[in-house]
Amino acid sequence: MGKINLKPNITNGDDFYSKLILAHEGLSDEESTEYNSRLILILANQIGDENILNEALEVASRT
Amino acid sequence: MDQIFQDLLYEYQRSPDQDLKELVNHRVLIVGAGPVGLSAAIDLAIQGIEVLVLDESEKVSTGSRAICVSKRTLEISHRLGIGKKMLDKGVIWNLGKVLFDRKKIYEFNLLPEIGHQYPAFINLQQYYVEEYLVSRIRHLQSQGYPVEIRGKNRVEKVTNNIEKVIVDINTPDGKYALSCDWLIACDGPKSTIRSSLGLDFDGKVFEDNFLIADVTMEAEYPAERRFWFDPPFNKGQSALLHKQPDGVWRIDLQLGWNIDKEEEKKEENVIPRLTAMLGGGVEFKLEWVSIYTFQCMRMESFKHGRIIFAGDSAHQVSPFGARGANSGVQDVDNLCWKLKLVLEGKSPESLLESYNYERVLAARENILNSSRSTDFITPKSNISMKFRNAVLELAENHQFARPLVNSGRLSTPSTYDNSALNTYDQMKEPVRSRVGSPCPDLPFEGGYLLNKTGNHFSLITFNYKLKLSLESLPVDLKIINVAEDDSNQEFIHDRFLGAFDRAVYLIRPDQHIAARWSVFKKNLLLEAIKKVIGY
Repeated sequence: MGKINLKPNITNGDDFYSKLILAHEGLSDEESTEYNSRLILILANQIGDENILNEALEVASRT
Repeated sequence: MDQIFQDLLYEYQRSPDQDLKELVNHRVLIVGAGPVGLSAAIDLAIQGIEVLVLDESEKVSTGSRAICVSKRTLEISHRLGIGKKMLDKGVIWNLGKVLFDRKKIYEFNLLPEIGHQYPAFINLQQYYVEEYLVSRIRHLQSQGYPVEIRGKNRVEKVTNNIEKVIVDINTPDGKYALSCDWLIACDGPKSTIRSSLGLDFDGKVFEDNFLIADVTMEAEYPAERRFWFDPPFNKGQSALLHKQPDGVWRIDLQLGWNIDKEEEKKEENVIPRLTAMLGGGVEFKLEWVSIYTFQCMRMESFKHGRIIFAGDSAHQVSPFGARGANSGVQDVDNLCWKLKLVLEGKSPESLLESYNYERVLAARENILNSSRSTDFITPKSNISMKFRNAVLELAENHQFARPLVNSGRLSTPSTYDNSALNTYDQMKEPVRSRVGSPCPDLPFEGGYLLNKTGNHFSLITFNYKLKLSLESLPVDLKIINVAEDDSNQEFIHDRFLGAFDRAVYLIRPDQHIAARWSVFKKNLLLEAIKKVIGY
């Protein structure tokens, strides 16, 4: 593997996890998909690096 | 406007060739008198190569066709003698606006730099381009240049032989045949020549339909490309508005894929759509309407023996990005100087392989970009639609998403990386002017640098005093010395020098960079020239 960090790196993992679920509360499946699409783009932009993003796409498909 | 589609530009006339028992041979035969075929004809003629153009009609191409002429095409057209005329008539635009629903979410400027002779784009109807090209050919004929156009000469079959191509032609006076040393097939997406040879045309057909309309109206819209996603007047679809000369506006309305084309084309159905788009108070006249389904296709190889394919016959793209006619003209810009060297015996025929390499590279780039634009404009799956809309929603308020909005990546000339004609890039920067790239323009001696290049090889020196005898070189070379001063310093460093103090650039007849050195040696020049002419 290249540059992607697959070690625990989220500050307050449980906190983020519950916020993520909460963000979807009250949303229909369709609205949830729309929300997730926006979130992925925002986070992808934050990461920025082409190689890491490619690896992330790959890891997500393998798991 | 109908008149322009009626005028005979190259009226059928019986040729002496049709009365002879033996086949008459022409050096180069060009099939198709569209912008690509006519540009090739002028290019070869001005370089002294005898050329005959055949077209099955006698008139301009019908309909609302190519309109966005790119800077690179304007530079080529300048070299061919019609650039200024096109610029004078055309509508200049650099700015593009993208709207989502009713709001503007994104704006892009295609030529943020000054110091170029030509703008990023002009809008000019294809029929004007064809008229100007034919007019230029008539002028060249009056000066004795070896160029001819024959209308109502329909090529039905071609036979590729070792030494010649045999061409079977049908005319109002019956059939006849010709031979030629080389044939350039510029006969469009439904190329008869390509199919008569049984050759492939592979790619993707996009299952979506667009209504293309030309309207004349007095409107206060500025001359900028305006693209709408999901506008109120065409919900769930897209729209495009472009200003053309003569108060003619070009409108593209996405209609979706499951439609009744005949119904949609009827005036009584088109007019309400346009009224909704333009606003109730605007008076307009519908000049042209058609329905267009896009495809992105290309041939595996553009060269087959002595038959060379250029323009839509070789590759087809969806129009988002103006990569159709522009890339076709760039094809023949790439080809003609090579063909001339081969015909003059100065280069081996293998030089023409580089046309295939370089223009397939360009076609792949154009197809990739126009396919991506088409996927963004007409997403093919639910999830694709979700991501597309996510980009549009985010772009409204957040800068980061704006570059992702893809309503068309507008045509730029390709850089021929790794071409066999390239000499090792000694300088490596600036990256934009690396070996294989098109030579940047520059204000120079009251005019522009690019006008001093083209049609021959050029050696441009920047802050370099060269003592060079040109005798032992296999081709004509023109030396252009550029000295840095206050007025051009920034341009020169941005475009040619980077961190270097001085440099020498070898430029091909098609104005692409063949080699560059910060430390120049004559033997390096000789090697570079041999390489670029195919040895």
